[in-house]
This record gives sequence, C-alpha cells and structure tokens, in this order.
Amino acid sequence: MLASRHPQLNKHGELIHLLTLEGLPRDVIHHILDTASTFLSVHEREVKKVPLLRGKSVFNLFFENSTRTRTTFEIAAKRLSADVINLDIARSSTAKGETLLDTIANLSAMHADMFVVRHGESGAPFLIAQHCAPHVHVVNAGDGRHAHPTQGLLDMYTIRHYKKDFSGLTVAIIGDIVHSRVARSDIHALSILGVPEIRGVGPKTLVPGDLAPMGVHVYHDLADGIRDADVIIMLRLQNERMTGAMLPSAGEYFKTFGLKPEKLQLAKPDCIVMHPGPINRGVEIDSAVADGTHSVILPQVTFGIAVRMAVMSIIAGNEP
Amino acid sequence: MSTLLLDAEALYVELRAGVRRLLQPDTAMVGIWSGGAWLAERLQHDLQRPGAHGVISSTLHRDDFGSRGLAGGADATSLPFDVEGRPILLIDDVLYTGRTVRAVINELFDFGRPASVMLAVLVDRGGRELPIEPAFAAARVSLPRGQRLALAKEGDRFTFSIQDTR
Repeated sequence: MLASRHPQLNKHGELIHLLTLEGLPRDVIHHILDTASTFLSVHEREVKKVPLLRGKSVFNLFFENSTRTRTTFEIAAKRLSADVINLDIARSSTAKGETLLDTIANLSAMHADMFVVRHGESGAPFLIAQHCAPHVHVVNAGDGRHAHPTQGLLDMYTIRHYKKDFSGLTVAIIGDIVHSRVARSDIHALSILGVPEIRGVGPKTLVPGDLAPMGVHVYHDLADGIRDADVIIMLRLQNERMTGAMLPSAGEYFKTFGLKPEKLQLAKPDCIVMHPGPINRGVEIDSAVADGTHSVILPQVTFGIAVRMAVMSIIAGNEP
Repeated sequence: MSTLLLDAEALYVELRAGVRRLLQPDTAMVGIWSGGAWLAERLQHDLQRPGAHGVISSTLHRDDFGSRGLAGGADATSLPFDVEGRPILLIDDVLYTGRTVRAVINELFDFGRPASVMLAVLVDRGGRELPIEPAFAAARVSLPRGQRLALAKEGDRFTFSIQDTR
C-alpha cells in the first residue's frame, strides 16, 4: 500500500520521481538541498558541465506554457550532460486528439529516460509516473493547482541559504494562494522542515478557508500578516486563472495587498522577500521592494538551476 | 577480523617525507575527500606550504553512478587556486582499484589544464583495475577483496580500521 500512496519513492525509501513535496521525509529534502549546494558552483568551472546524465534523454513535456521553468530545467539537464528534447506538446499531439497515456507510450518508445512534465490538470504527472516504463523517471514541473515541487525546493534552498535554520522562522505567504501550486508546495515543505509559524495572507476570495489543517494561520490584513516575518513569499496574481469576479481590480489589489516599502518595515529588519516570478510590478509588488535590499528574487532563479540539477541527478541514480 | 596492524601515525611520517621530495615550489596539494583531505590539510601545515590546500571529490565523475546514485551524499570540491598550469599532487589515504583517482582526475580537468598530476598515498593495497600508479606510497599491503581499509581521525591523530564489507 505504501508504494501506491508514495509512487515517488522506491522500496528503500529513495526518490525515483519527484511529484509532490507532501509526505516527503525531512532527510530526503535536506539531501536534495545539500546536493544542490555542490551543483551551485558548477557554473564557476572552466568546464560548466558534469557527466552524471551523459547518454540520458530528458524530455520536457510542457502541456502548459512556461518558458522560464522549461528553460531552467533545460539548463539544469544540459549541465548534467543529458540530451534535452523540448516538445511543443500543447500544439501537436494533444491538439490532434491523442490521449495523454498514448503520448507517453510513444515518447517512451523513443527511449526517453526522464520526463519533465507541466500540465494544467492536477495529478497528470502522477498518472504518467504510474504508467511509464520502470526505468523512466518523472519530475513534476507544475500540475494544475496541485504542486510545483521544484519551486518549493528552490524556495527552501533560498530560505536555508539566508536564514541557515528553519526552526525559529515566521514565514508569510502573501497573495493568490487559492490558485497557487507554489504556495501548496511551500506550505508542505515548510511544515516538514519544522517552521513554527506559517502564515497565509490575502483577500478572502484568494485565501482558501481550509489552510488551518495544514498548520497555516490565515490573515486577511496585510499589516497583521507581515508583522515580524523573517521570510515573505509573494505570489503572482494569476490573471489567467481567474474566472469570475474574485477581485475588484489589479489597482485595488495593489492598494490593499501590494508589498510596498512602508509595509515591509513591519517585518523583521533582516527579512528576505521572495517571489517565484514572473513578477507583476505595481500589482502584487512595488518596484522599490522588488529591486530593494531585502529582495532575493534573482538569487532564487540561480538556486533553481542547482536544485533542479540535484533533483534530476538524485532520481536518475536511484533504481525503481 | 584481520591481524594486520597498520600504524597510521608512523605511516604519516613516511608519507610526509615522501611528499616533501615530490613537491616543487609551485606544486598545489589536493586531498581526495575525505581521508585524503585530512592528510593534505595536515601536510600543508607540517610542511609549511604557502596558501591553502585543495579538496577534491569524485562524486560527479564516478563510474558507479548508475548503481550507486548520489545516495552517499554530495561532497564539494574546493580548489582555492588556479589549476591552469600548476603541478598538482593528489593525496589519498588508500589506493585500491584506481577508479576514484580516475574520477578525480576528470574532476580536476574541469577546472583547467594542470602542468602535471602526481599521486601520493598512505597505503597502496593493490587490486588495481586501471593503469594508475602512485608516485609515492608509505606502505604496500595485501588485503582480501571483502575487506575495507579506512582511515579515521581522532583529534589530530590518524588510525586505520579494517572492516568486513561482506
């Protein structure tokens, strides 16, 4: 039963796919973060490549567009010496009516070793992991509203890099939590790593009411939610996922929930401001904050490549 | 258990003398993680070499990645000097199959083209699977395949232990 509940772990408890951070042992997360720190310096070498995935084929399957995430996975796979195949899947086979599992069977016949999957439907990477050949590894690059585990891991890497220890932290996640798979992955990871105070901050329409069982304290007032925070994770206002009138306007949102310098002063003096990108200046974050001294948004991008290298090399090295 | 006794401290004195003869003025010492790194650190100090020694890991170039993966953890290479054109002296505790040394040489060349690469070890236990020979070994011993010879560090002193791997 354990195997069916945790399809991402083999019988030794080692990671063979990365589908979600929910339920991952703390040791596994720290192992990924430790491994990422060794990869962080690879770009400083004369030869900016290591041969761990030499001869392996990594297929980027983005059923939903994301140039940035796809690019960071591509860079990560290439730094590990893998061959990377980018499929414009949204506009090819799916449009012709092929089912997801038929697409996967066809790509497996092309000797894929790893699928990096982004899909609009929650659970699609799980389905693929359950049906692909045993030697194939699957990385979830974001599925519906469910999970974005590599973003969650790179956020944890960033927090660990600047704060060293998770045990005394107050982390405020601010914005469109209801649509955010990043928020879900962050919340799971933060609680696994022992963060004592996790806050979800935003308007009632964008912060789900079921966060308390996940150990999250909900705030509908930005000033209250931000007070004494060590870490602020801003979320993008996901216009493309908004159906119906959840907000009066982007301008109204900025007025009440946009992160501005005067609001930031309520947080701890050494707090860090994170954002998964792409940022909407003047909607969820003020330029003075995005470009300010507390912002670690660009280091997050750099860490993201090292974290994705760590994930891909760890799962590729573990037997099914 | 084996009756073989190896006095790691006495062998270290031998190694120090051997390394002293191999060093040129601009040679950089690089210890192979983890036992070799301890040795290189102590040699760097005892031989009063300028600058810092390097530490090198075989992890990213190992030939058993497919079966072993990265489960053993990642240990970072740190070479606080320019590898390009430098004579390099690799230091390790135990030389066995030579596969770690092969991986480490690949790792080294990712940082530049050294002028030369040599190897000095505390113990050469034979059993080579690659054409790799040390320029200096403080001792040569023969051990059965199922036994592992490991350097341990207690404070500033080294000891050897022999473990059965089967």
